[in-house]
Amino acid sequence: MEALIAIAIGTLTAGGIYLMLRQRTFPVIIGLTLLSYAVNVFIFAAGRLVPGLPAIIAKDAAGYTDPLPQALVLTAIVISFGMTAVIVLMALGSWLESGHDKVDMDDEKDEQETRA
Amino acid sequence: MTLALIAALPFLGALLPGLLIRSGRTACATVTGSVTLLALVLLGMQAPAVLRGEVVTTRIDWLPSLGLNANFMLDGLGLLFAGLILGIGLLIILYARFYLAKEDPMGVFYTYLMLFQGAMVGIVLSDNILLLLIFWELTSLSSFLLIGYWKHLPEGRQGARMALAVTGGGGLAMIAGMLILGNIAGSYDLSVILTQKEAIQASDWYLPALILILLGCFTKSAQFPFHFWLPHAMAAPTPVSAYLHSATMVKAGIFLMARMWPVLAGTPEWFWIVTSAGLITMLIGAKIAFFKDDLKALLAFSTVSHLGLITMLLGMGTAKAATVAVFHIINHATFKAALFMSAGIVDHETHTRDLKRLGGLRHLMPVTFTIAGIAALSMAGIPPFNGFLSKELMLEEAAHTALGPAWLLPVLATLAALFSVAYSFRFLAHAFLGPKRDDYPHHPHDPGFGLWAAPAFLALLVVLIGLMPMTTAAWLVDAAASAVTGTPQEVHIKHWHGLYAPALWMSLAAVGGGYALLAIFPRLRALWDATPRPEAKAIFDALIEPLAATARAVTQFLHNGSLTRAIAIATIAIGATALWAFNGGIHSPGTRDMLAITPVTAIAWGLLMFATLAVALMHRNRLMSLILIGIIGLIISLGFAWLSAPDLALTQITVEVVTVVFMLLALNFLPKETPRESSPVRRTRDAVIAIGAGTGIAALAYALMTRNFAFPTISAYHLEQSKPGAGGTNAVNTIIVDFRGYDTFGEIIVLGIAALLIYALVEALLKPGPANDALRAMAATRSGLAGDRHPLLMVMATRFILPVAMMIGVFLYLRGHNLPGGGFVAGLVFAIATVMQYMASGLAWTEARQRIDHHALIAIGALTAAAAGVGSWLFGAPFLASSFTYVNLWPLEEFELATAAIFDLGVFFCVLGAVLLALNSLSRLARRAGETVSADPYSVDRPEGGN
Repeated sequence: MEALIAIAIGTLTAGGIYLMLRQRTFPVIIGLTLLSYAVNVFIFAAGRLVPGLPAIIAKDAAGYTDPLPQALVLTAIVISFGMTAVIVLMALGSWLESGHDKVDMDDEKDEQETRA
Repeated sequence: MTLALIAALPFLGALLPGLLIRSGRTACATVTGSVTLLALVLLGMQAPAVLRGEVVTTRIDWLPSLGLNANFMLDGLGLLFAGLILGIGLLIILYARFYLAKEDPMGVFYTYLMLFQGAMVGIVLSDNILLLLIFWELTSLSSFLLIGYWKHLPEGRQGARMALAVTGGGGLAMIAGMLILGNIAGSYDLSVILTQKEAIQASDWYLPALILILLGCFTKSAQFPFHFWLPHAMAAPTPVSAYLHSATMVKAGIFLMARMWPVLAGTPEWFWIVTSAGLITMLIGAKIAFFKDDLKALLAFSTVSHLGLITMLLGMGTAKAATVAVFHIINHATFKAALFMSAGIVDHETHTRDLKRLGGLRHLMPVTFTIAGIAALSMAGIPPFNGFLSKELMLEEAAHTALGPAWLLPVLATLAALFSVAYSFRFLAHAFLGPKRDDYPHHPHDPGFGLWAAPAFLALLVVLIGLMPMTTAAWLVDAAASAVTGTPQEVHIKHWHGLYAPALWMSLAAVGGGYALLAIFPRLRALWDATPRPEAKAIFDALIEPLAATARAVTQFLHNGSLTRAIAIATIAIGATALWAFNGGIHSPGTRDMLAITPVTAIAWGLLMFATLAVALMHRNRLMSLILIGIIGLIISLGFAWLSAPDLALTQITVEVVTVVFMLLALNFLPKETPRESSPVRRTRDAVIAIGAGTGIAALAYALMTRNFAFPTISAYHLEQSKPGAGGTNAVNTIIVDFRGYDTFGEIIVLGIAALLIYALVEALLKPGPANDALRAMAATRSGLAGDRHPLLMVMATRFILPVAMMIGVFLYLRGHNLPGGGFVAGLVFAIATVMQYMASGLAWTEARQRIDHHALIAIGALTAAAAGVGSWLFGAPFLASSFTYVNLWPLEEFELATAAIFDLGVFFCVLGAVLLALNSLSRLARRAGETVSADPYSVDRPEGGN
């Protein structure tokens, strides 16, 4: 199972990076989302995989899962929403302001030069 | 405590001018001055003890493990400097109030000035050298801001950059020197270091430490060969020049040499380096000053020269010379600040500082002439003013010190004094004497009292110290000199040393020679203009330009504005580093037992892989990629649930919903397709980078997961303490709201800021401009994408779900401390319930029924969380330490009351407000783009706002 999770993390990372290397804002944001998944799962997996054990304290518990990575990832998930939302709005703003959704400034310069 | 307060007051005061400038310039200056005055009074209250020879200290442990403590000490030297900084600071604040023009932003000026003042006071009061270094760098930074205050002037910006490069570079060298010194002495506390003279001077590291520290001092105090930055810094407004470049900042280097004098001075290395640097600086500065036409440039080089004089005296290494140095610090600060302010007045009234265009001002500006006259004669060393006294003493010391041949030092010192007389006379003669002219750029007259009060006060000091040195200054000189030398000093300042004192004859030669130089000035000037000489700025630029070009080239390569390029380079760099590290290590297979693969997990995994690959391959269809993202998020939350993380599963699934809704709303405006524009080569290249990085991460994750923890984790502590320490059984929640509550507090603040940022961005987009036009153009073309904007079934269903969803939210919140749930999830559930109303019934309908503003929700959340944190202070516990108790309230079962629950409530409100504000902002864009909604779809109630 560990191997499958590791492959999943790797695939999410690869997909995320590939999309972040595109030249339009929307794929870059999607790529960032994928990368966030990968990072969150990676941090979570640092607590090792333990199915069926609680993080709830009880007298008769057989053992516990590692609560610390869970707490870190929980806040990370919420923060990554905030980050994604800001970037989405920046992308939207740049599309509305400049009429294109390219991420690279050099392309924009070229365009201006050809226009001039 | 008082010392820390004195150092902190200017920093606190720096906050005020920016606010008070709205109440007018006088109010702003008054408050700024009051803060300085308060600090000065506090300092004065410490003075009696210090003058008795005590050392006042304040010790605050900061990072004791690093030897970094906020320790302050006040001895005679500190008292002298702090008094100068605060006293002259007060005068400068008064002067600047009347000097700055209406269009100059005064609040900003005072803020910078107070920052600088705080940094300077910090330097002179620090007992810990690491703390001192922090303040040292702060003076470089704040003086950068002050020199570049007139941002529109290129010379201001260039001067500021040069000053920062030189003094900042010297500061870096000094950090190294101080660290070495601290290492030798075994402590970073000055009070300890100062007792370690033998150990330090015997150490092999003495010379490197000395050179590095002197680099810092020489750059700061403009000693040869670093003297060139000071004249360029004169592009600053005159109050800044008077404050930084005559009285305080440039004396920081002097201060440090004096401070370190007991442990560093007295060796041949110290004597040769410091004395000769001071002597050369004194000579060069005086000579150049004589030929400068700009009043401020003349004064700038004269400052360089006088700083050289003080440095030379410190370099001699005798207690007597050090005492004279201290005396001259006082005298120079008084007459030079007065001179700068007078030059500023001349500039202010005539609109020029060019000596060639001035002359005859004594008829038009008698008050200014009197002040400038007293100060300039003092600078020249004419009796009975204070400059005369310290210069006599200096010449006396020079006459008895041999630097190489015995005649060399006295002759050169006399020569420097001669030039000093010459430029002082020239300052007076060419600006004020001579016939009245009728071609001044602006007709001059004496300014109001406000502008000349400060220099007049200083001129008065010049006279008083000159006439009665033993009454007015000797006690302070004694205290400071005792602190510098470490042994009690008692100075006897006399006007007349007798006919046989060499200083008398050297002085006479200087005055006579100086007068003669001025007489033949035109001829000397022609000679000066004809001789080629190195231009410091050109050399500096020539040195900096290749550096800047290299930096530009590197930046241009790494970061040319292309995001894709930057990401690609960063990924490759990280990957290459990781590979290098991997190849350098020893590897063995993992020892941890692996989990078995079950059919269900295999199917879910397959789906995840499929969806991820599909997103990468089909990303050009944007709607499709969003749907696939939803699938991925869902599987990940299922995975969390399966791997014993119910809290994460709940959070992931709710965030997923909100994120996808948000992106859908945004996609509404964006193109629905991404054009295919990258070449196959480029796509292959990107794929190779991505797959390489993915493989690396997968291998890392695998290696991590198949090994047991190398060290015991701290999680055991959290599990153990969750119930007894934080009063909750859900360890994840207790970590969030209690153990790491401070992190969480920061995170909800960040989330709130992100939402406000979105709101602000939308506000900006809705202002008249291209974005607004684009939105309106959309409104014109868009018509009915969906047939029914408010489908009956959906409207009714969401309204029915709303109370249920909210109840679930409350339930999740309440049980959060003991079972999976908590403020984050509850906030998200509430947000989703509200968003459903937006989607089904429209923004207007929902807003009309919403009684609390989103901004207010965020604020309530942040304040509630903060209140829960501050509340623990009432119980004597640190910030955010939760406390809890169990309550029996009939007929309920026993239940728990915990401050952590209040904190979690803050989290809840903050998350709710932030998510709703973000979504609501996007909806406002949609309405501008012509999204027509019924304000009242299927309403049973009719609120006042609705129509």
